[in-house]
Amino acid sequence: MSATDTQDPNRRDFLYVATGMAAVVGAGAFAWPFIDQMRPDASTLALASVEVDVASLTPGMSLIVKWRGKPVVVRNRTEQEMKDGEAVKLADLKDPIARNANLPADAPATDANRTTPGKEAWMVMVQVCTHLGCIPLGQEGDFGGWFCPCHGSQYDTAGRIRKGPAPENMAVPVFKFISDTKILIG
Amino acid sequence: MSEGHSTYTPKTGLGRWFDARMPLPRLVYDSFIAYPVPRNLNYAWTFGGILAIMLVAQMLTGIVLAMHYTADSNLAFGSVEKIMRDVNSGWLLRYLHSNGASFFFIAVYIHIFRGLYYGSYKAPRELLWILGCIIYLLMMATGFMGYVLPWGQMSFWGATVITGFFTAIPLVGDWIQQLLLGGFAVDNPTLNRFFALHYLLPFMIAGVVVLHVWALHVVGQSNPTGIEVKSKTDTVAFTPYATIKDAFGMLVFLFFFAYFVFYLPNYLGHPDNYTVANPLKTPAHIVPEWYFLPFYAILRAITFNVGPINSKLGGVLCLFGAIVMLFLVPWLDTSKVRSAVYRPWYKLFFWVFVADAVLLGWLGSQPAEGSYVFMAQMATLVYFAFFLVALPVLGLIETPRRLPNSITEAVLEKNKGGGGHLAGATAAPETKG
Repeated sequence: MSATDTQDPNRRDFLYVATGMAAVVGAGAFAWPFIDQMRPDASTLALASVEVDVASLTPGMSLIVKWRGKPVVVRNRTEQEMKDGEAVKLADLKDPIARNANLPADAPATDANRTTPGKEAWMVMVQVCTHLGCIPLGQEGDFGGWFCPCHGSQYDTAGRIRKGPAPENMAVPVFKFISDTKILIG
Repeated sequence: MSEGHSTYTPKTGLGRWFDARMPLPRLVYDSFIAYPVPRNLNYAWTFGGILAIMLVAQMLTGIVLAMHYTADSNLAFGSVEKIMRDVNSGWLLRYLHSNGASFFFIAVYIHIFRGLYYGSYKAPRELLWILGCIIYLLMMATGFMGYVLPWGQMSFWGATVITGFFTAIPLVGDWIQQLLLGGFAVDNPTLNRFFALHYLLPFMIAGVVVLHVWALHVVGQSNPTGIEVKSKTDTVAFTPYATIKDAFGMLVFLFFFAYFVFYLPNYLGHPDNYTVANPLKTPAHIVPEWYFLPFYAILRAITFNVGPINSKLGGVLCLFGAIVMLFLVPWLDTSKVRSAVYRPWYKLFFWVFVADAVLLGWLGSQPAEGSYVFMAQMATLVYFAFFLVALPVLGLIETPRRLPNSITEAVLEKNKGGGGHLAGATAAPETKG
C-alpha cells in the first residue's frame, strides 16, 4: 500500500478518492452548460405556438404558416376531398398510424383521426415530407393530396402516405380551435 | 527509419546555441532534408504534400473571407454577394476557397485510393491509416458546414437533409437533431454554430495532420513494391529528391486548380445555391456537394425495411457503415503482400471498386427513381462486398507474384528493361524516383 506505515485506509487514500470524485462531478457540471446551450433557446421556444385566423378560408382554400421554422398548412377541405379521404380503407395505407399529436400514439389513421372532432373539414398538418424533409406541393399527385417533387412521395387528401419512399403520414401538430375562426398551433 | 541517429551538425554559433536550447532546426533538418525516403516513390506519393498546401491555402482564404462574412440568417447571403461584387479581390478569394474545398477532396480521394492500391494501411501503418481516416471525417464535417454558410437554397436544404439523418436514430433522434440545429428547423442558431465550427475544425485537422506525419516518420513511407526498406541503397534523401518531386506534383495540381478557379468557378457548385434560402420552398432536386455523392447514393439506395430497421434508419446506417469500412481496412485485408502490383486479383478488384465508387457518385447526382434505384442498390452491394468479401477472402486464396528481394533490386530490374513480370505494373510507373 502506501510507503508510510499508517493504518489502512490512510489519509492519502481518502484524499485520492475525494479528489477523484470532485473532479468527476466538476467535469460533469462544467460540461453541462456546453451541451445545454445547444438546445433551442428561449426566443426559439417563444415561437413554439402560433395563432392563425382562418376566417377567410372557404372550402378548397389553404394557407401556410411558419411554425417552429417549418411550414404548417391549414386547409379547408372540399366535400369531395373529405369523401375521398373517408373512402380509403385502413388496409390500403402504408402507414396505418394517425401521427396526430392530439391523439394517442397508436390511433389508427382514419380520416377523422387526421383532423379534430367537429371540424373534420380542416386539415392542419406539418407540410414536411417524412422522407428527407422536403416540402410537398399541395393538391397534386395521383391521390389529389400532396406530392413531393424530391423523391416522388404521394399523399392523399388527409396527408397520408400512399406511394413513394416516405415512411410515415405527414405529422399533425398539437392544435386546437380557440374560436370558430381561430386556430392555436403548438 | 527515423530511428537512425540525427546527422544534423549546426555550422554557426547561433545554430549551436539554438540546438542546445530548443532543437527545432534539428527537427526540420531530420524531417525534411536528411529524412530517407524509398527511392522508388511515384507521383501518387506527392499527394500528401499537395494536401498539406491545400489545407494551408483553405485556412488562409477562409480566415480572410471570415473578415467579410456575416453569420446571420438575414445577412449571410447578402454578405457573400458583397464579397463577390464589392470586396476587392473578394471574388477571387471566394472562388479559391469554394473550389479549394473540391480540390482538397480530389487530392484526398487520390491519396486514399493510393493507400488502398499499394496496401499502405498494413502493419505497422494501421494507426497512420486510421489517423488519415479521422482527418477525412473532419474534412467531411468541415466541408458540409462550409457549404451551409452562403445560406442559399442548397445550403439550407442540404443541412435539413443531413441533420435529418439523426432523426432516424430511435427514441433520441429528434432530440439530437434539435440539439444540433438549436431549434426545430435549420435557422439562425444553426448558421451561427456551423460558422463557429467551420472555423474551428480546420485547426483540429491541422492537429491530427501533425499526428499523421509523426506516425509516418516513425514507421517510414511505404512504396510501390510494398517491401520495407532494408538497406541504405533503398533510400534517397528527402531533399532534393522528394522535395523537387513533391514541388513538381504540386505545381501540376495547382495548374488544374487554377483552371477551375478562373474558367469554371461554378462548375462544381450548384446554381440553386445562388437563390437565397427559403424554408417554405424545397428545390426540385436536392444534391449535396459532389464529394459526398457516393455516400448520398448509398443512403438513398436503402428503400426497403429490414426486420425492425426501417428504410430511413437502414440508409443512414449504410452511409455511416460505408465510412466505417475504411477504418477497418487494416484488419479486413488478410494478404501478406502489400502492393497490388504483386496481387493480380486484388488489382482487378481494386479497379472494380474504383469504378463502383465513381458509378455511385454519378447515381447520387441522379434523381432516386426508376432504374437508378436498382443500380444504386447493386453498386452499394459491390461497395460493401469489396471490403467485407474481397479484402478478407482474396488474401487467403490469391497467389501473389514473386516479390523482389529489395526495393533496389526491383528498381534495377525495371531499369534493365527486362523486368518481364513487372510489365503488368505499367499503369503505375514506379521507378521515377
